[in-house]
Amino acid sequence: MSDRPPALVIGSTILAVMVAVSLLAPWIAPYAATEQHILKRLERPSPAYLLGTDQYGRDLLSRTLMGGRTALLLGVGAVLLGLAVGVPVGLAAGYFGGRADDAIMRIVDAMLSFPSLLLALLIITALGASTAHALAAIGIANVPGIARIVRGNTLALREAEFVLAARARGEGHVYVMFGEILPNVLPAIVVETTIRVGFAMLAAASLSFLGLGVQPPTADWGLMIREARQYVFLSPWPLVAPGVALSLTIIGLNLFGDGLRDRLGGGS
Amino acid sequence: MTPVPPVLDIYGLSVHFETRDGPLHVLRDVSLSVSPQETFGLAGESGSGKTTLGYAIMRALPGPARLTAGEIRFEGEDLLAKGPDELRRIRGRRIAMVYQDPRSALNPTMTVGQQVGEVLEIHDRAAPRAARARANELLDLVGIADPAGVARRYPHQLSGGMQQRVVIAMALACGPSLLIMDEPTTGLDVTTQARILELVADLKRRVRAAIVYISHDLAVIAQVSDRVGILYAGELVETAPAARLFRRPAHPYTLGLLGALPDLDGLHGLTPIPGSLPALTRLPHGCVFAPRCRFVEPACEAEIPPVARVTADHEAKCLRWPVVLDAPLAPSVPAAPRRRAESRGLMLIAERLVRHHGGAGPIARRLSLGPPPVRAVDGVSLEVQRDEVLALVGESGCGKSTLGRVIVRLLPPTAGAVRFLDRASGAEVTDDALVRRNAQIVFQHPDSSLNPMKRVGKTLGRPLALLGIKGGQRGRRLRELLRDVRLDASYVDRLPRELSGGEKQRVAIARALAMRPAFIVLDEPVSALDVSTQASIVRLLVDLRDTLGASYLLISHDLSLVRHVAHRVAVMYLGKLVEVGTVGEIFRPPSHPYTRALLAAVPRPDPTAPRAAVRLEGAVPSPQHPPSGCRFHTRCPVKVGRICEEVEPPFVRASDTHQIACHIPLDVLRREAPVLVAAPAAGGLGVAPPEEGRS
Repeated sequence: MSDRPPALVIGSTILAVMVAVSLLAPWIAPYAATEQHILKRLERPSPAYLLGTDQYGRDLLSRTLMGGRTALLLGVGAVLLGLAVGVPVGLAAGYFGGRADDAIMRIVDAMLSFPSLLLALLIITALGASTAHALAAIGIANVPGIARIVRGNTLALREAEFVLAARARGEGHVYVMFGEILPNVLPAIVVETTIRVGFAMLAAASLSFLGLGVQPPTADWGLMIREARQYVFLSPWPLVAPGVALSLTIIGLNLFGDGLRDRLGGGS
Repeated sequence: MTPVPPVLDIYGLSVHFETRDGPLHVLRDVSLSVSPQETFGLAGESGSGKTTLGYAIMRALPGPARLTAGEIRFEGEDLLAKGPDELRRIRGRRIAMVYQDPRSALNPTMTVGQQVGEVLEIHDRAAPRAARARANELLDLVGIADPAGVARRYPHQLSGGMQQRVVIAMALACGPSLLIMDEPTTGLDVTTQARILELVADLKRRVRAAIVYISHDLAVIAQVSDRVGILYAGELVETAPAARLFRRPAHPYTLGLLGALPDLDGLHGLTPIPGSLPALTRLPHGCVFAPRCRFVEPACEAEIPPVARVTADHEAKCLRWPVVLDAPLAPSVPAAPRRRAESRGLMLIAERLVRHHGGAGPIARRLSLGPPPVRAVDGVSLEVQRDEVLALVGESGCGKSTLGRVIVRLLPPTAGAVRFLDRASGAEVTDDALVRRNAQIVFQHPDSSLNPMKRVGKTLGRPLALLGIKGGQRGRRLRELLRDVRLDASYVDRLPRELSGGEKQRVAIARALAMRPAFIVLDEPVSALDVSTQASIVRLLVDLRDTLGASYLLISHDLSLVRHVAHRVAVMYLGKLVEVGTVGEIFRPPSHPYTRALLAAVPRPDPTAPRAAVRLEGAVPSPQHPPSGCRFHTRCPVKVGRICEEVEPPFVRASDTHQIACHIPLDVLRREAPVLVAAPAAGGLGVAPPEEGRS
């Protein structure tokens, strides 16, 4: 095996640029994301507007940059939410086994039998459309998958001798799960997380595209694509800018995740 | 001796592996030859390069391996000059290999008969029907009682020993002139191993193949080999006829290995070799063994010593061989001092312990639906005294590990109770947390017993935190623990992957000691370690017991080790104890027939050691359906009659400390010849009889 899988190098480069640019967006974006230049609508790229403008004359570069922040927030936030619930649930199911495992995993199976986007749609419909609700919905949709991965890895470790040794000296279940088992499941969780962040971003963009996620005038790639759809024949730029940004980010995340998997040997 | 052209002639073979840290010199300048029909035993510890040598002969080295120098001649042909097609015609046909794990060597989707037949169809272009007939003959040759029946079965329906026989049959299919066996008995039980070794000995007489037998186990090598080569860190340091090598080794490493190996006679062994294997990336300048050698002199470190010819057929790569040849084997310091404090009391009482795994629920069971539970432990009562080492022996699957885990409360008993008695007052300890603290366990696998993500300091600090030891005191205790297990204080910052197997096991022991236990279950604590490391860990455990005054329950399949370390022994078969007694009592009659069979199966590191032929047939029956009456009756070589099938034998007292559960009357058992012939008082290994002298 080579020292650094090329996938990891390319993926982490894309990601690093994406994260850095998103975090620094307010300072490097030439205009405010919502600033309208009413006379410069749907312009082509020019020195003043490097990626052109949208139908309200807003600078596409600035909006794409700021949209990265939203994508990052939604993607990472939703997965973190999924981890916060899925990891303890998966640990408990794998560690205790038996009836507890059966009960938990049947619920997880039931949730997994819905396509996750459909599940998110269901939740949004119940809660109403907003950024926070989109985050919660995608987060919940991520729980069963994460719980499954964690459970599988925990199952393989529950009879490991160091786990038995911890139990033999009278450690509590919580310590054994989080202190002994979790660190060893972490590589798998990290790999899973990177891949899931990509999917969560896509899901968030889809919700926004459907008008169920981020609401205008916030800059968001899904929302930008939704709005640009009607003007695509007048100017493709409002569609291309967020689309390319979204695709690049997802590719970066997937490459990074695959590379990590090769390196850490995690995943399922 | 008239020179017979050798089957295999290896000259100056060097192999290295390309790694990130530079080349790993796995084999260096190895020369050996194997005569027709000879069995050449190749012994070495892990990292010695013995498996690589096996692969090199097969021309099947893994990817990163580079054969940099040397010649391999097989029946006079240069193997290194062969193309892939020629090699394919040689492999499997003229050179066959038997691997360690028969389970992965057999195809699970094909019947045994098909697999053996397939070899013949491919190599000999045999017609399918003829191949089947020949397959049955081969299965018969390897001692399978019902070849036609077995040929129709799938590998998973056979026991490990049977599977290995099938693999051997496949290897013999085309009548190879060279058979390479790489640790063929390592995963098997002692009793199964004994039968496979017998088969190999038998095949030597009946098949015209020469055998290269690779093993880490010197005792096994002693039993099967005509000549033996000892590999150390990639160099062949000594070759000699088996009878000579085990009596008069000329290389200090061989001498050290023989001293480290516990022998069943209880007199020799367990003297560790100091130090560890050198890194194969940075080898010492001179003799590769010099850093660990007690005979070392400046000349040894100057350059690699030439191969010295001790006798016509005995070679040693050592400058100091004349001294080594006459050096006595380090005498075995009795590992467990037999003397013990007079005022002993009970420490632990297990009463009619039962532990069943799985099976259907109570209602389904009453309706006799669903599978019966696995009766891992089925009514075991035993007592452990203070400061005592009680050994628990038996084949794998007899329930000894389960018993250990029930005792330290890792598993709840299905019925029965374990009671711990307080050291001072003798009253029963009922507080669960206190019991757990007092009873610790050390496991078998060094790789799984430490959390791979935690540094040594953290691994050892946690139990201390649990005891409420804080701040500076914790640091002090931590260093103390490391010192107790003879590790340097700098190990605190190491991760498990930076430790050797022996070092990991030391840390695992320190972790158990951190709780200051009064009782430790040692579940095969050294069986995954190399001989030289094994000796030092056993020494450590014994020394610690003396200073800490803890009792041990030593779970082991290795009777030689038990002989050295234990005070009392309990023999377990299929969930029940069949014999309990002191070490002296267990190793001589009267014995339970099962104990006798176990003793007879232990390989001795002495090709001339007398051996009684008590062999067990078949494998351990399933603990889901244990046989009625005496559980051993299905395999017992001396079954009395129907009583054995119908009545469970009660324990009969042979002495105050010795009990046997067998229907055969005690005085009949008493009259049996001892399995273990008492070793001549001062003789045995290493101490050469004077008349043999120097040659």
